[in-house]
Amino acid sequence: MPDKKWIPQPKKPRTPIPEQKPEERRRNFKEVALGYTPELAIEEAYRCLQCKTPTCIDGCPVGIDIPGFIRDIGEGRFEDAYYTLKKYNSLPAVCGRVCPQEDQCEEVCILGKKFKPVAIGRLERFAADWFMESGKTEDFKLEPPTGKKVAIIGSGPSGLTCAGELAKKGHKVVIFEALHKPGGVLVYGIPEFRLPKKIVEIEVENLRKMGVEIKTSAIIGKLFTIDELLEEEGFDAVFIGTGAGLPYFMGIKGENLNGVYSANEFLTRVNLMKAYMFPEADTPVKIGKKVAVIGGGNTAMDAIRTALRLGAEEAYIVYRRSEAELPAREEEIHHAKEEGVIFQLLTNPVEILGDENGWVRALKCVKMKLGEPDDSGRRRPIPIEGSEFEFPVDTVILAIGQGPNPLIQETQPDIEVKKWGIIKIDESGKTSKKGVFAGGDIVTGGATVILAMGQGKKAAQTIDKYLQSGEW
Amino acid sequence: MYLIKEIKEIAPKIKKMVIDAPLLAKKHKAGQFVMVINTEKGERIPLTIADKNPEKGEITLIFQEVGKSTIEMGLRKAGEHLFDIVGPLGKPTHIENYGTVVCIGGGVGTAPLYPIAKKMKEEGNYIITILGARNKDLFILEKEMEDISDEFYQTTDDGTKGRHGLVTDELQNLIDSGKKIDLVLAIGPAIMMKFVSLLTKKYNLPTMVSLNSIMVDGTGMCGACRVSVGGVTKFVCVDGPEFDGHQVDFDELMKRQAMYKDLEEKALKKLLEELKEKEPCGGHHAR
Ligand SMILES: Cc1cc2nc3c(=O)[nH]c(=O)nc-3n(C[C@H](O)[C@H](O)[C@H](O)COP(=O)(O)OP(=O)(O)OC[C@H]3O[C@@H](n4cnc5c(N)ncnc54)[C@H](O)[C@@H]3O)c2cc1C
Ligand SMILES: Cc1cc2nc3c(=O)[nH]c(=O)nc-3n(C[C@H](O)[C@H](O)[C@H](O)COP(=O)(O)OP(=O)(O)OC[C@H]3O[C@@H](n4cnc5c(N)ncnc54)[C@H](O)[C@@H]3O)c2cc1C
Ligand code: SF4
Ligand code: SF4
Ligand code: FES
Repeated sequence: MPDKKWIPQPKKPRTPIPEQKPEERRRNFKEVALGYTPELAIEEAYRCLQCKTPTCIDGCPVGIDIPGFIRDIGEGRFEDAYYTLKKYNSLPAVCGRVCPQEDQCEEVCILGKKFKPVAIGRLERFAADWFMESGKTEDFKLEPPTGKKVAIIGSGPSGLTCAGELAKKGHKVVIFEALHKPGGVLVYGIPEFRLPKKIVEIEVENLRKMGVEIKTSAIIGKLFTIDELLEEEGFDAVFIGTGAGLPYFMGIKGENLNGVYSANEFLTRVNLMKAYMFPEADTPVKIGKKVAVIGGGNTAMDAIRTALRLGAEEAYIVYRRSEAELPAREEEIHHAKEEGVIFQLLTNPVEILGDENGWVRALKCVKMKLGEPDDSGRRRPIPIEGSEFEFPVDTVILAIGQGPNPLIQETQPDIEVKKWGIIKIDESGKTSKKGVFAGGDIVTGGATVILAMGQGKKAAQTIDKYLQSGEW
Repeated sequence: MYLIKEIKEIAPKIKKMVIDAPLLAKKHKAGQFVMVINTEKGERIPLTIADKNPEKGEITLIFQEVGKSTIEMGLRKAGEHLFDIVGPLGKPTHIENYGTVVCIGGGVGTAPLYPIAKKMKEEGNYIITILGARNKDLFILEKEMEDISDEFYQTTDDGTKGRHGLVTDELQNLIDSGKKIDLVLAIGPAIMMKFVSLLTKKYNLPTMVSLNSIMVDGTGMCGACRVSVGGVTKFVCVDGPEFDGHQVDFDELMKRQAMYKDLEEKALKKLLEELKEKEPCGGHHAR
């Protein structure tokens, strides 16, 4: 199609994305946002000014040519849009859905100064979905085999991205994944209603088509150590993308009562083990009438909205700071509210109270107020003396954060770690051990999908150089 | 997918399964376990590697049919495949020459006990074994355990074999006889491990137990398996499964083990109904 003249329409309101109605979706696991139609996508694309020096790109951790792919969409060249995205981002269907756009690309879109920013994430999702639904097969341009072999530990976004990049360069890639399904947080953490598992499956299948081998239920540190991979199993390099999967507990009384879950356990039971299908699927999950989730991030929103969908009658988010500090994506907070989640802000649990049979019966909380900003720049919550109160609940889910998985570090002490067991890397992705690279949550602590992918890609470039030159 | 090479009932409702798993057979160390997924929709259940044959590339699991997953697994036939197995998990047992080790196995707990006791024997320990069961038919691995033991005792609740009583009675007897005991290793139902630990605490005998908390992933990422040990929360799957019995909060463990009781019963009922439909005469599992 010949390029039309681009006449931007920035004043048009941001094109809404069709969604399931809150009353319906709060009880089902189908995706909340249904996605743009081609007409809606073109309409939204034309809001973009096609800036000469686009600010949006600076906001994207992988530097996607945003005006480029938006122009492709506006001009109806959806396949081109997909390939433009793919040059920078191997998982556009995922990022379009889960990136915190309001803090990244959309935050710095120039339109945001006067109007609402261009819906970059929704457009990205549209292009990726369109391609998947078109039935077209992706054209992978693979370089000739190099004879080098790379092991990738962990199949989350960092590992998947690193694997894809290395396969393109002609290296033989084997992914080792501890769980029985690949995808990391994308499959065991983020629920179906926000990220359909089909999408992750398609991406994983694409990697297989590129010749990547995926060994599930293979825990490095138990089945093989990294030394064994390098010395006995014939790998020339190893990438560690094991994520931040270690659930934190608060250390308050009553945390081991029945009815208390870590968000990881709760979400893993439901997403990975399909407990929502119990007894058709064998793994059970217990959900009470009154459910409280402690925390305010994406994990907390996912947990509480999952609890609603499993039949909770009352659903609470208990968070110690105020609404402005909630770290979750804006859209998730908005969706949670629409679905009837009640936000107990400036509230901090100090104890979980149980009944005589060892089951949760209430949360003991204290009211908080905000003081001076702390290291993270957020205002520090301070307990208000004498404000303690009891809050009856029968299920408590802790979503207060996760730490790096410790297994690799324990079995491979020659890899240098920082505080909390975070693996230390240099700016190119190298660890302190020759031939070993790392990226994603294992080097940042719990962060975002796109940052993990960015690091996976960066490491892949360094690994490729290392394999070619042999120089460390 | 893992090939089942052999399956047989070794005591009522206790099955032994030999599985083709060369890598696990090679990597396993005494005290470690695996997570088994029977079918695609199955749960991940923890089972100890009871024995292995690295030359043949085989591992042996011994499990008691207590609920839906284990009953369904017991119905599998040689030549079929298990959906998945992951391992070896947990910390291997710390094995050294302690001197005299009393190995106590309760019920199916003898299965996880056997590989550890065997290794302890190889290290030169003097092994005194006490196996306990409700009645004489419920013992497993009797011969295997006897072969590696320097002294071998059995107790039954109903007196049909060995001492009429509990494993703690036999242990008390040993203590009273003035025998020098350097380590007690107890594996069995939580209630048994609790009472063994209470007894040995009185005499300050170092005691190791292997806990069977409910698990999901078995890799340290969910916290389902948490227990209080010495007032600190530990994850059985990565910090254990073995702990100092004197430090474990067994009452909490038992409460947590019962967390899904109602749902487990529901799943079991459904399974039994399905089995009945397949086998109109009732089938041997229908109760
Ligand atoms: C519930 C939830 C919701 C989230 N929502 C969002 C969101 O909306 N937007 C966003 O940008 N980010 C979100 N995040 C954060 C994001 O998912 C992570 O930052 C990202 O997945 C990190 O990717 P990763 O590749 O580093 O690790 P992970 O995705 O954690 O994957 C690591 C993988 O490594 C495997 N592994 C670990 N140890 C071993 C081993 N020893 N051997 C073999 N395999 C091993 C694990 O099983 C896992 O599959 C969310 C996180 C959670 C938990
Ligand atoms: C480290 C470890 C090693 C074990 N080794 C053995 C072994 O060698 N042989 C053996 O017979 N049993 C062993 N068990 C116990 C075994 O895992 C359970 O009996 C089994 O999971 C029951 O599943 P079910 O569906 O048949 O029964 P269910 O009806 O689900 O439950 C029956 C009982 O089993 C326990 N249980 C249920 N689900 C789990 C789970 N996911 N994880 C742990 N316990 C659960 C519950 O406390 C419950 O009371 C071990 C457990 C652990 C933690
Ligand atoms: S990858 Fe994320 S940050 Fe980058 S353009 Fe897409 S939605 Fe924005
Ligand atoms: S800054 Fe906004 S308007 Fe400008 S090119 Fe980027 S998306 Fe378009
Ligand atoms: S079973 Fe999940 S952490 Fe132990």
